[in-house]
Amino acid sequence: MNFEYSEEQQQFADSVHKFLAGHYGFEQRKEILKSPGGLSESLWHSLAEMGLTSISVPESEGGFGGGALDLIAPMEACGEALVVEPLIDNIGLAGRLIAKLGSPAQRAALLPGLMDGSQRYAFASFEPGHRYEIAPILTTATPHGDGWVLQGSKCIVVGASSAHRLVVSALTDSGTTLFLVDPQALGVALNPSRTVDGQRSADVLFKDVALSGDALLGQPGEALPWIEEALDFSTALLCADAVGAMKYANDATLEYLKTRKQFGVPIASFQVLQHRMVEMMIACEQARSMSILAASKVDSGAAPNERKRAISMAFVKVADSARQISQESVQLHGGMGMTEELKISHTFRRLTMISQRFGDADHHLERYASLG
Amino acid sequence: MDLSYSAEELSFRGEVREWLSAKLPADIRDKVVNYHGLSKDEYLRWHQILAAKGWSVPHWPVEWGGTGWDITQRYIFDEEFGLAGAPGLPPFGPVMCASVLLRFGTTEQKERFLPRIRTGDDFWVQGYSEPGAGSDLAALKCRADRKGDFYHVTGQKIWTTLGHYGDWIFCLVRTDSNVERRQEGISFLLIDMNTPGITVRPLVLMDGGHEVNEIFFDDVVVPVQNLIFEEHKGWTVAKYLLGHERMGTGNVSASRREIGTLRALATREIKNGRPLLEDPRFRDRLSRVEIELEALEITSLRFLDQMRRTGQPPGADVSLLKIRGTEIQQGITELMMQAVGPRAQPFKAVDHGSIDHFMSRLAPRYCNVRKASIYAGSNEIQRNIIAKMSLGL
Repeated sequence: MNFEYSEEQQQFADSVHKFLAGHYGFEQRKEILKSPGGLSESLWHSLAEMGLTSISVPESEGGFGGGALDLIAPMEACGEALVVEPLIDNIGLAGRLIAKLGSPAQRAALLPGLMDGSQRYAFASFEPGHRYEIAPILTTATPHGDGWVLQGSKCIVVGASSAHRLVVSALTDSGTTLFLVDPQALGVALNPSRTVDGQRSADVLFKDVALSGDALLGQPGEALPWIEEALDFSTALLCADAVGAMKYANDATLEYLKTRKQFGVPIASFQVLQHRMVEMMIACEQARSMSILAASKVDSGAAPNERKRAISMAFVKVADSARQISQESVQLHGGMGMTEELKISHTFRRLTMISQRFGDADHHLERYASLG
Repeated sequence: MDLSYSAEELSFRGEVREWLSAKLPADIRDKVVNYHGLSKDEYLRWHQILAAKGWSVPHWPVEWGGTGWDITQRYIFDEEFGLAGAPGLPPFGPVMCASVLLRFGTTEQKERFLPRIRTGDDFWVQGYSEPGAGSDLAALKCRADRKGDFYHVTGQKIWTTLGHYGDWIFCLVRTDSNVERRQEGISFLLIDMNTPGITVRPLVLMDGGHEVNEIFFDDVVVPVQNLIFEEHKGWTVAKYLLGHERMGTGNVSASRREIGTLRALATREIKNGRPLLEDPRFRDRLSRVEIELEALEITSLRFLDQMRRTGQPPGADVSLLKIRGTEIQQGITELMMQAVGPRAQPFKAVDHGSIDHFMSRLAPRYCNVRKASIYAGSNEIQRNIIAKMSLGL
């Protein structure tokens, strides 16, 4: 039993934290949000240099061979700073699927760029009207000569506009199959959007997109368990990201309660607010515990059902805590909490959006319950 | 005990419903049901349509242009607005300022201001809160120093809803700082917003919308004729007005319309191959909101009936309508966002994409409605009111 980070893990987390404190302040983040691409290339390179994009890549590919436990502290730092760059989409989703399923040639072509920060990828999975379903329904691929023809549509592909390749799930005769698609290819249309918490995403339409045989990622019809694994890994990272944002929300709210005076006293002196602050603290600690459980489970190589069960438990707790803390932090800030001007409203939006990303609390509650 | 409306009341409801369906401009309705704010011109256009029918200030005394409706008719009228997606007129002039004028104004003040409120010629806004005086309103510092026949106003107001539309603002100002109780030395002033020295600064909320403002007063000269009631006795006026503000914040009928929209949304979204509406977890959440709303409606009607029978304004426990009403509104926004799942993420509609205009408003709307438990006396303050005034704690 040891809940302490190793010296290496701690140093890594500290360096990310320190870097973000210096380079990702509230004002700096505002500039990034306003920029045309909605992300900072130099920041991305710095994060890559620190190792964030290579830590979970296998050593055989030139990475560090680490896991979610190596990433949760840095992800918390990113959550606290409200980093909008598509980290989870790269290291947890697209990058992980490439590393796990790619042929030697695909890995050699794509992973070095992920690790050195020169290339980004995105995972196109969800489809309009089908919520968090991961088996594709609207997107299909049919064999054509040596290759494939891709049709269909995906929604909310975070990081798509800045991606060099998309990992796309599609239905083939054999079942769920993954493909590597160049977003510039003929027939691919990106309709960009900005998420409520400031990330760039896109709806992606595929019309008669001709794919060569080497676009296939993994074996036809065998992608589902790998998608589930990558989503679980990413959900673990998302939990950590949320814990970081919750920590900021609680710190800022506590500070506000102590400094805001009404009726001649700090509002922190009102017991009704004290107890609510205490509940926020409890919610954050419980979420942190579950975030640690989630990371350790995806790293442990547990059987899929055991892993899924733990991830879903963790996410239900994290989503409930995020909801409570985000709502209460705004409420306790009063009107100021509603404004663009305070970071608390941006943190609110981040904590709100985590439940919309890979599945909400009900989705995970159902999955947890179905696994006995 | 009879929970049903009379034949006359039902016929009145039919009349209002029919009129709204004929006269409510489609573009204005679209904005309301898609959660967009209205421009000043749109408010004015709607105000003029209502005024032409004689319905812009139904609750006023008949001599000033009211309708003479009883309290149940007024309730039905408001309810039909919510169901139809008709915007209520901003309450600052027709409800708030008018209530104060009717109760405390001189004949001259009434004649000067009430007709222009009725027709919509003057857009009124409210200058109450200050950066240091929110829940603790009596801590207000905005000064009005009297020099002869004029007050010189210097200070700041905040959270002024639609302040950027305002022609006039009613303000609580401090006319005397050397007082034993902070509630003393406050006066109620009407200020023309075209007076030199007034600056309106937008406060953008987290949904990106501009509805509230900060207003700065720098030696703004106001004639003493614009004082309401007695100098230094503005707190009496303010207390009277706060009682008015707490009525009708339940929004039962608008919530009912929104639940209809939510059900339609959840019928289109597919989960596990079936409409989301059939998903037991989602359905339970929806059902709980519906049940809470039903209870709120009956509770509202009980308050209404009590007012009808006693002819008295409701007691402090009417605050419960604001608490539960805002919680229900917030609950509905949350379910709407939940209903569209990942597609609630975009901040704006996606061109040629799968996220239409309405869908893209759901998360911003959820963010925006968090204000409901904060404004008009936070829900914490409402609980304090019930604790103190109703329960004697």
